[in-house]
Amino acid sequence: MSLFLFLSFVALLSALGVVLAKNPVHSVLFLILTFFTLSGHYLLLNAQFLAAVNIIVYAGAIMVLFLFVIMFLNLNEDTEPHKPALAKFAAAIAGGSLLLILVAAMRNVNPAGYDPTSFDSQIGMVDKLGLVLFQQYALPFELASILLLTAMVGSVMLGKRETGERNF
Amino acid sequence: MTLPALGWQGLVVLVVFGVSLLIATYSTYAERVIAAFLQDRVGPDRAGPFGLLQPLADAVKLFTKEEFFPAGANRALFVFGPCLAMVTALMSSAVIPFGNVLQFGETAIYLQGIEINVGMLYVFGMVSLGVYGIMIGGWASNNKFSLLGAIRAASQNISYELAMGLALIAVLMISHSLSLREITFQQASDAPFVWRDIFNWNVMKQPLGFVIFIVCSFAETNRTPFDLPECETELIGGYHTEYSSMKMGLYLFAEYINVFVASAVMSVLYFGGFNFPFQSELRNWLVSSRGLELVTAQNIITIFGLVGLFAKIFSFIFFFMWVRWTLPRFRYDQLMRLGWTILIPLAIFNIMLTGGLITFGVIK
Repeated sequence: MSLFLFLSFVALLSALGVVLAKNPVHSVLFLILTFFTLSGHYLLLNAQFLAAVNIIVYAGAIMVLFLFVIMFLNLNEDTEPHKPALAKFAAAIAGGSLLLILVAAMRNVNPAGYDPTSFDSQIGMVDKLGLVLFQQYALPFELASILLLTAMVGSVMLGKRETGERNF
Repeated sequence: MTLPALGWQGLVVLVVFGVSLLIATYSTYAERVIAAFLQDRVGPDRAGPFGLLQPLADAVKLFTKEEFFPAGANRALFVFGPCLAMVTALMSSAVIPFGNVLQFGETAIYLQGIEINVGMLYVFGMVSLGVYGIMIGGWASNNKFSLLGAIRAASQNISYELAMGLALIAVLMISHSLSLREITFQQASDAPFVWRDIFNWNVMKQPLGFVIFIVCSFAETNRTPFDLPECETELIGGYHTEYSSMKMGLYLFAEYINVFVASAVMSVLYFGGFNFPFQSELRNWLVSSRGLELVTAQNIITIFGLVGLFAKIFSFIFFFMWVRWTLPRFRYDQLMRLGWTILIPLAIFNIMLTGGLITFGVIK
């Protein structure tokens, strides 16, 4: 429990850091820390595979690309765009009402407990996960992979040189 | 796990930590000696017998150098970069099974930092995090060349991670397990030696996968011929241009630890880990002819296996250095072309080949 509280504390703190940090590179680093704490939560839930994949895919690959782009843009405090007061006010109202709705919806939710007799502590292990993915959810799984393939083909098409374009 | 066992395991973790640092230290010495040998020079011979104190002299030099912060650098991240490189490099050695179990009465000491059942993914994750140290350091230096080195490191690591992951998938198809300990055990046979046993090591079942993996680990550790992030002919010093003193030392150290971990991972995944030929014969001989107890014999085998694994690791480290002083550096476009248009298709072909061979029962 204390580990859970600690992880949640760090997760919230670093998530706040993402929003509040002035320097975008600091934001990205806070986001990486947030992903680490989420992986810690997965580990506490005994989902080792999910924890490792979360680190590899999000912290290891996607955030590297984020950092990559932000480094190229060379954003810092001087180049931060200043929004008019009206936009800030509107954003605060919109965000506040979202928070209100979330709190209102979650207030009376009774979290479904687990049944100790039928609970399988190995449910998050890689072999169990594989069986579930390929037996119960085979179609959504394959559709997701086709979606990724489509995105990949699309980016290759966008990146392709058109005829007559200069090679460097 | 009882408290004394936990204490022993903690000690093992500390020893793994210390050994990684020691090997990284003496890798710098080995690099000089091997470079000297390959270039027909004498090499380090001043500090101590055979120049063995050279790493200490280097450390003293690095510690006493001026601590320099470039103008306009982001100071916090400038310090954070080398630390991160070091931490991610050291973390990955935690799951490597350096040896089997040592049994003293009731106490069993596993010669492995920690056993998790997704060990392979853990190492892969730590390797993919390794690039942050370089990127952050390169960006925080506020120098064009450093930034270029950092960008190169990022794109190189991401490109070669893909092929590396695909090569690992083929190993996973054979092993049915992500645990490095389990994969090691699968590469041994406890029965008396027959000639078929030489096919037990994964390198025999995955020759193509091994070649892909070793090429990718050269790229992931930023070693020549893929040391584009610090390519001095184009980028002065790449990502560590602005670094001096021990911060620079940490980057160099992290590279050698990465080489050590990559060698260890290759030994475990492809070269049988702590298994060595004729181990069951040796154990039977120790029990039947020397009259030792089975537990003692098993401990002796474990020690032998530990030595064997380190012999494999050292030969891989030698290979890394041999290549460094033999091959010239690739051009950046050549590096990308090799990664994306040769290694990744080859790795996918390897997966299909492995799947076919498993289906037809040639390998299992």
